[in-house]
Amino acid sequence: MNDWLGPEEWQAVALSLKVSFWAIGLSLPFGILTAYALARWSFPGKQVLNGVIHLPLILPPVVTGYLLLLTFGRRGPVGGWLEQVFGLVFAFRWTGAALAAAIMAFPLMVRSIRLAIEAVDPRLEQAAATLGAPQIWVFATVTLPLILPGVIAGAILGFAKAMGEFGATITFVSNIPGQTQTLPSAIYTFLQVPGGDTAALRLVAVSVVVAMAALTVSEILARRAARRVAGA
Amino acid sequence: MSLEVDITRPLAGFDLRVAFEAPGGVTALFGRSGAGKTTVINAIAGLERPATGRITLSGQTLFDAQARVNLPVHRRRLGYVFQDGRLFPHLSVRQNLTYGQRFAPRGATGPGLDEVADLLGLAPLLDRRPGALSGGEKQRVAFGRALLARPRMLLMDEPLAALDAALKEEILPYLERLRDQIGLPILYVSHSVAEVARLATSVVVLDAGRVVRAGPAEQVLSDPTMVRQFGLREAGAVLPAQITRHHGDGLTELAVSGGRLFLPEMDQPAGTHTRVRILAHDVIVADHAPLGLSALNLLPGTVVTLRDGQGPGVIVQIQCGSDLLLARITRRSAEALRLAPGRPVHAVIKTVSIARTDVGAG
Repeated sequence: MNDWLGPEEWQAVALSLKVSFWAIGLSLPFGILTAYALARWSFPGKQVLNGVIHLPLILPPVVTGYLLLLTFGRRGPVGGWLEQVFGLVFAFRWTGAALAAAIMAFPLMVRSIRLAIEAVDPRLEQAAATLGAPQIWVFATVTLPLILPGVIAGAILGFAKAMGEFGATITFVSNIPGQTQTLPSAIYTFLQVPGGDTAALRLVAVSVVVAMAALTVSEILARRAARRVAGA
Repeated sequence: MSLEVDITRPLAGFDLRVAFEAPGGVTALFGRSGAGKTTVINAIAGLERPATGRITLSGQTLFDAQARVNLPVHRRRLGYVFQDGRLFPHLSVRQNLTYGQRFAPRGATGPGLDEVADLLGLAPLLDRRPGALSGGEKQRVAFGRALLARPRMLLMDEPLAALDAALKEEILPYLERLRDQIGLPILYVSHSVAEVARLATSVVVLDAGRVVRAGPAEQVLSDPTMVRQFGLREAGAVLPAQITRHHGDGLTELAVSGGRLFLPEMDQPAGTHTRVRILAHDVIVADHAPLGLSALNLLPGTVVTLRDGQGPGVIVQIQCGSDLLLARITRRSAEALRLAPGRPVHAVIKTVSIARTDVGAG
């Protein structure tokens, strides 16, 4: 594969995979927590939270990217603080690409997981509590196994979204080869230069393969989990 | 071990306002649908929060509105058997059964998995998933699961209501074994007089959110003022009895405090203590011992009270030995026999009328 893809192309594919894995891996626990809160708890500001989470789905990605730049840029209020306290920099780094991908994928992930949680009979969780299980244990042993198909579907959907994220990423962290040039950015770049369309086509093929693979894996995992949950 | 409940909670249509005490044994919380039974049992379990009042178990406060005590569900240690089983579909029967074990305090005693599997006939099902079980099997697993969490008391919310008559008959003996062999106090919510008569040692009658009667099962079930609650067809007395001998003609003789009764052959050996249920509409009242009657069961007694029912009927409460019988007869008959408190009478009970399914081990 190294021979088939040029080093620059390979770099873009590897970077996209890295960015997407980190984006989904780190945001998944928050996604589950948020989905659980939206599905099961009532608290003031619930609708506001719901709206904010869904904002990236509705806003033009360029707007989301620019807002990220304003907030998480080196001179942004959060970005500056994170750099000072943790030495964590987002602007024009691959970490920023991961943040942008996570933010953009988050609403899709939360929606899928929330649907799964709403399908779980809360009376099963009550039954677990009457058997002496504290809430966190009930979640880990009853709720989580039952929503696993939804969690897997949400994660894969989010992963696909992260792989394809373009607008917010390029606005927030630009298009630096080896740093922030993800697969879509690379395709875009190749299309801008004369004679770049074969390289672009190769990357398009990679995109299709990765997407199909993700879909197949999620299908298999979700079916296996669903069979376990059905209890037959 | 005693549970004390004194709570209020506004419900749609009426305010629930109940106070009762459940001693050991099986306390039946009886009432028609919508009387507030499930709200009460859920409040005890901690699944619903009463507006005011207190709930204590053996001196420990589970809930106290004034003192702002509301022990979370998982720390109350009350085994709850739901009407719909609520088994965990993703776990095997064995994993369902042992789910609560890890949370039982170290000192808590109770039967182990093998013993419970044995008692409830679950051994062949242990490696199955709930999805592959019948309704009756699921409910037996639910009993076992609640029991293995080592609770201080079992709460059962109409555990048999979702099952058909044949399955009920299959499960009731397991419940009786639970009551007689484990000795855990049970609060049993039901709207079935037959189940209450068979299982309960005490009865609390709930009507529109109020406790209208509470006491030992024998007394409450043979209380003529409760006939309306139980329904004319279901009203009847429960008598403790002991099997004395099996006759060659297929009849079993039982001793009750007021005399002897003959029933179709029973399985249990002579000497076994049991309970018989005699429905009010199966009892005929005679003013002297009748001759030339096909009915075998005849108990002499004294009229305690008469109570007008709806229509032409009268409920007569008769003291037979130390037990109380109920008879439903017409007002015309009562007047013809000049029935009045203190009058000696004979209660005639048709042998066949003591249905086998209404005979409970106790």
